[in-house]
Amino acid sequence: MGEKVLMKGNEAVAASAVRAGCRYYFGYPITPQTEVAAYMSKIMPKIGGTFLQAESEIAAINMLYGAGAAGARAMTSSSSPGISLKGEGISYMAGADLPGVILNVERGGPGLGSIQPSQQDYWQATRAMGHGDSRHIVYAPNTVQEMADLVYLAFDKADEYLMPVVLLADGLLGQMMEPVELPPEKTEFPEKPWATTGHHNKRPHNVANSLYLQADKLEAKLRERYARYEQIEKTEQRSEAFMVDDAEIVVVAFGASARIARSAVVSARAQGIKAGLLRPITLWPFPNDVLEATVPQAKAYLSVEMNMGQMVDDVRMAVHDAHPVRFYGRTGGVIPAPGEVLDAIAKLAQEVGA
Amino acid sequence: MADKEPRIVFQRPKSLLPVQMHYCPGCPHGIVHRLIGEAIDKMGIEGTTVGVAPVGCAVMAYDYFACDMIEAAHGRAPAVATAVKRVHPENIVFSYQGDGDLASIGMAETVHAATRGENITVIFYNNAIYGMTGGQMAPTSLPHQVTQTSPYGRDVHTAGYPIRVCELLKDLDGVAYLERVTVDTPSHVRKAKRAIQKAFTYQQEKRGYTLIEIVGTCSTNWGMTPLESMDWMRENMLPYYPLGVYKDIVAEGYENIHEAAKDRAKNVPIVMQEAN
Repeated sequence: MGEKVLMKGNEAVAASAVRAGCRYYFGYPITPQTEVAAYMSKIMPKIGGTFLQAESEIAAINMLYGAGAAGARAMTSSSSPGISLKGEGISYMAGADLPGVILNVERGGPGLGSIQPSQQDYWQATRAMGHGDSRHIVYAPNTVQEMADLVYLAFDKADEYLMPVVLLADGLLGQMMEPVELPPEKTEFPEKPWATTGHHNKRPHNVANSLYLQADKLEAKLRERYARYEQIEKTEQRSEAFMVDDAEIVVVAFGASARIARSAVVSARAQGIKAGLLRPITLWPFPNDVLEATVPQAKAYLSVEMNMGQMVDDVRMAVHDAHPVRFYGRTGGVIPAPGEVLDAIAKLAQEVGA
Repeated sequence: MADKEPRIVFQRPKSLLPVQMHYCPGCPHGIVHRLIGEAIDKMGIEGTTVGVAPVGCAVMAYDYFACDMIEAAHGRAPAVATAVKRVHPENIVFSYQGDGDLASIGMAETVHAATRGENITVIFYNNAIYGMTGGQMAPTSLPHQVTQTSPYGRDVHTAGYPIRVCELLKDLDGVAYLERVTVDTPSHVRKAKRAIQKAFTYQQEKRGYTLIEIVGTCSTNWGMTPLESMDWMRENMLPYYPLGVYKDIVAEGYENIHEAAKDRAKNVPIVMQEAN
């Protein structure tokens, strides 16, 4: 067991990223994730790394593109409005098969929205962070420990699958302090023979590029990439089940709202309602397999989110609408109270006779 | 004399791949590519050079240069090049950008890479038009210049004035060397070649940000023959965008941008204090 330290989620992410071998960080100030940049600006000069405060989110993500092409482990972080600006670069990274880690500490939207925690970027993160057919692994931590663990994993997965990997957190997880055990300093990294490091007269030139002027070539490239996505959908689904085995009301919630939903599930059990919580840890690939496995015993599903109802679509698809799938959420930066979620569970239990 | 070994006096630079370029007949992009290739060959740096291609006519430059290449999003080449250089500071990193890419959509990246003093070289091809998309008004299109999106001529009352990039950048402390050249005559081509080599050399010597602006033509979208377009460029572009060295900190007597910047702000106490 390593030492446990008390840290903010944003700082734990930064500290863990460094331990994962991240030596390049590009960011632009935005609430509520600025602690990441503050931490990186302190540590990077001391370990021979680079902290660069970019002129914009757009520049920062394109720096991530360049650092990824050059073979480095690099990351950028932002919050919702800034992530929208990064859409361009994320699409280019997907198109050029370049690794990189992007942290979104979500706040209320749309537009300038609010600075309080939200989960309103679920669709953006899981459907289309940029233009064109593309996918990105999306991790949804729900503790400070998971902020550290999942960013650590994100660097490995980005290199393994040659794609941008997103950590979708929110202002609550970013700002709160919890004890965390940081992972060990990584010393071994994968070879990157494709990187634009300068060919040193030893190989033909490497090119990082997303342009294919012939449509059939682009289609073939996309089919090849989608075969990889299919593999990820098979092998990279992650989730946590809590009291799900005999659950008739399966609550589905991720990130901060899963913490609240968990309390509500415990209270529901105390009232004799067979409730359980299925918490997706990967939002893409969505944990379809474990959700589908609940269909035989479940009577209804309740998706609890800090938005107007986004993940609920994925829950419906995962269970093929075999049972009623309902939504409960607060949005705009409002965090639901456990009692509200409990009421929603009780109402649903009554409706379906659970 | 018949048994004398043939002597090669002219050939494709090794750092330009033996592929057919897609540029229009009479387009100077090919000349500029060649000058970069010659500089890379002469300096023996192909293996340690990484180029960043733009969006625009030179978008496929990644297929032409034999060094490692990256295709950047429109205007973002300086940001991409910044990171590439930070990851491998010993490599020579250059971007190749047109006027729309560099001075319109990528102006923020251009200015900030310059003011950060990124030790990169920007090759800026200014032909006052968006070529690849079919001839729209560029940030450097001249007043009254007719383009697809200024069909009555650029109206400065609604479209404003063109940007003179070298003049805009020269006051930034991060800039080590700026020169505006053209490639319309053999002597101008030789001058352009020297400028590009000098920029790469300054980068090798870690002096700071360097940019070479090449004033060029676009006969296709200007609607002229290549020779007419050269005449039009000499008559209209060169007086508006005068050729010459806009900044050379070495000629000013400084080792690098930091020495020059410090001297310029020597009366500012916080600038003169030792770094922590």
